[in-house]
Amino acid sequence: MSSIVVQSQSSIPLVAHNLPAPEPEHCPGPESEQAGTADSCAGCPNQTICAAKLPVGPDPDMPAIKARLQNIKHKLLVLSGKGGVGKSTFTSMLGWAFAADENLEVGIMDIDMCGPSMPRMMGAEKEQIHTSNSGWSPVYVADNLGMMSIGFMLPNPDDAVIWRGAKKNGLIKQFLKDVDWGTLDYLVVDTPPGTSDEHLSVNQCLKESGIDGAIVVTTPQEVSILDVRKELDFCRKAGIKVLGIIENMSGFVCPNCKGESFIFAPTTGGGKALAEEYKVPFLGSVPLDPRIGKSCDMGDSFLDEYPDSPASKAILEVINNVRSQIEN
Amino acid sequence: MSGIDGVKHIVLVLSGKGGVGKSSVTTQLAISLLNKGKNVGILDIDLTGPSIPRMLGLEGKQVLQSTAGWVPIQAHKLLKVMSLGFLLNNRGDSVVWRGPKKTAMIRQFLTDVYWGDLDYLIIDTPPGTSDEHIAVMEQLKEFRPDGAVLVTTPQSVATADVRKEISFCRKVNLPVLGVIENMSGYVCPHCSECTYIFSSGGGKNLALENGFVFLGSVPIDPQLVALVEKQDSNLISLYSESPLAVQFAEIADKVLEPIESKT
Repeated sequence: MSSIVVQSQSSIPLVAHNLPAPEPEHCPGPESEQAGTADSCAGCPNQTICAAKLPVGPDPDMPAIKARLQNIKHKLLVLSGKGGVGKSTFTSMLGWAFAADENLEVGIMDIDMCGPSMPRMMGAEKEQIHTSNSGWSPVYVADNLGMMSIGFMLPNPDDAVIWRGAKKNGLIKQFLKDVDWGTLDYLVVDTPPGTSDEHLSVNQCLKESGIDGAIVVTTPQEVSILDVRKELDFCRKAGIKVLGIIENMSGFVCPNCKGESFIFAPTTGGGKALAEEYKVPFLGSVPLDPRIGKSCDMGDSFLDEYPDSPASKAILEVINNVRSQIEN
Repeated sequence: MSGIDGVKHIVLVLSGKGGVGKSSVTTQLAISLLNKGKNVGILDIDLTGPSIPRMLGLEGKQVLQSTAGWVPIQAHKLLKVMSLGFLLNNRGDSVVWRGPKKTAMIRQFLTDVYWGDLDYLIIDTPPGTSDEHIAVMEQLKEFRPDGAVLVTTPQSVATADVRKEISFCRKVNLPVLGVIENMSGYVCPHCSECTYIFSSGGGKNLALENGFVFLGSVPIDPQLVALVEKQDSNLISLYSESPLAVQFAEIADKVLEPIESKT
């Protein structure tokens, strides 16, 4: 086992970063003040390049990204420190709900490189990305709903994308620079869990053209809220406005006896108390409904399939709150 | 000299998907092993979302430095724990690190922590197949980890990500010790009707398709969630009363079988 970093098998070439060798451990970052001069830079093959500080200054890709994104009115991030709380599920619902209005143009960008869920949830699993001279065309699941995900680039859906951070950053940049999004009212970005490369990169790339804010998803129990606190701390450090917190999987109504129970008990007050603690809006709670999971597996829109369910009503209320937060 | 020289067996708990119960499985597996009299260590390499301190009621504990290295937290006479959560000043602090820094931290966890003599070191991982996973496998390649326990939930959105993790295991020659289907069904406390909130059977099919051992379907147990939320440091002794304890004892046997028969 010499090296376990695999090359991309995608037909589309990926530009990661312009250093000849991978960054070493403790790398201060090629753009940082100490680039090339820190202790860990000794012996690094990139040292002379970093020390020369040639690329310092604005990233040459930034103007291109800005130009691409200038026709996108609102940019939203869906974040959570915790995995499996419903980021992708909520992103898909937000997408379907926005796109239900024929006058709106909506885009969904999935930057979860290792576990892209959007293609399946939107029922677009077998689709492929086409390139034209204006860039990569998003996959359209409705006339006014386009999406982009690494899931569309894998020759086999079971292939693992075993990439270190720098390579993931390269693809995120390409999603913003090379995708022909056209004119959009909303671009919703679905993220992986955590506070690492993907989050830093998407924030850096979008900063110049302005992010409307982040929607933070959590489940009610403290084990999950603990991680979401970290995400809120990240938003504060990165200067991202938090549009609000959604509590997902709160409460479960038994389909047999209609009795309600809390599977993930909100012992510390759940999403609501978290919102109060961080002084951000609470957008609402969505109950567990087995049909949500099923709709996501089938790639159907839960809101269209079961418009009368309590969960649908709760979701629509949350989405209305999101819209009013954006318009404020 | 490395801190894991005294470790006999290493098992990783993996899943491509987040929130499926990796940390919960890690904790329960560790408790089941120590109940069998094994000396166990847990290493949590989820740096941006460490859950193990919370799972075991160890939040706020401090890691000390000795001449032999960092001293892991002793949660029980047979259980040592190390997590980035112990190194934070404030439990809400975020760790916003890019890959190289995460790689360095994991290397440090595996070289500078003095684990002493352990029968089993269980490594809890973050979701995905990225820096942390590459780092831990590179660092452990001379130690030849015994294998990975894969955790999934039943719905196909989750198993799709776990399939990617299987590709990862194949690529790095990490044997798969088995698949656990977690959150498989929830029994209503009012009428005892079982509802499959995240459908069912996904994990079993995944194991069958790939020829892996199916370790079992674990239902959602609100009692365990409540036990963890109570932050009682006696979780380890209280756990034996949980209905899941019996099932996990069996799962632990299935995990141990191929490892112990080798030696």
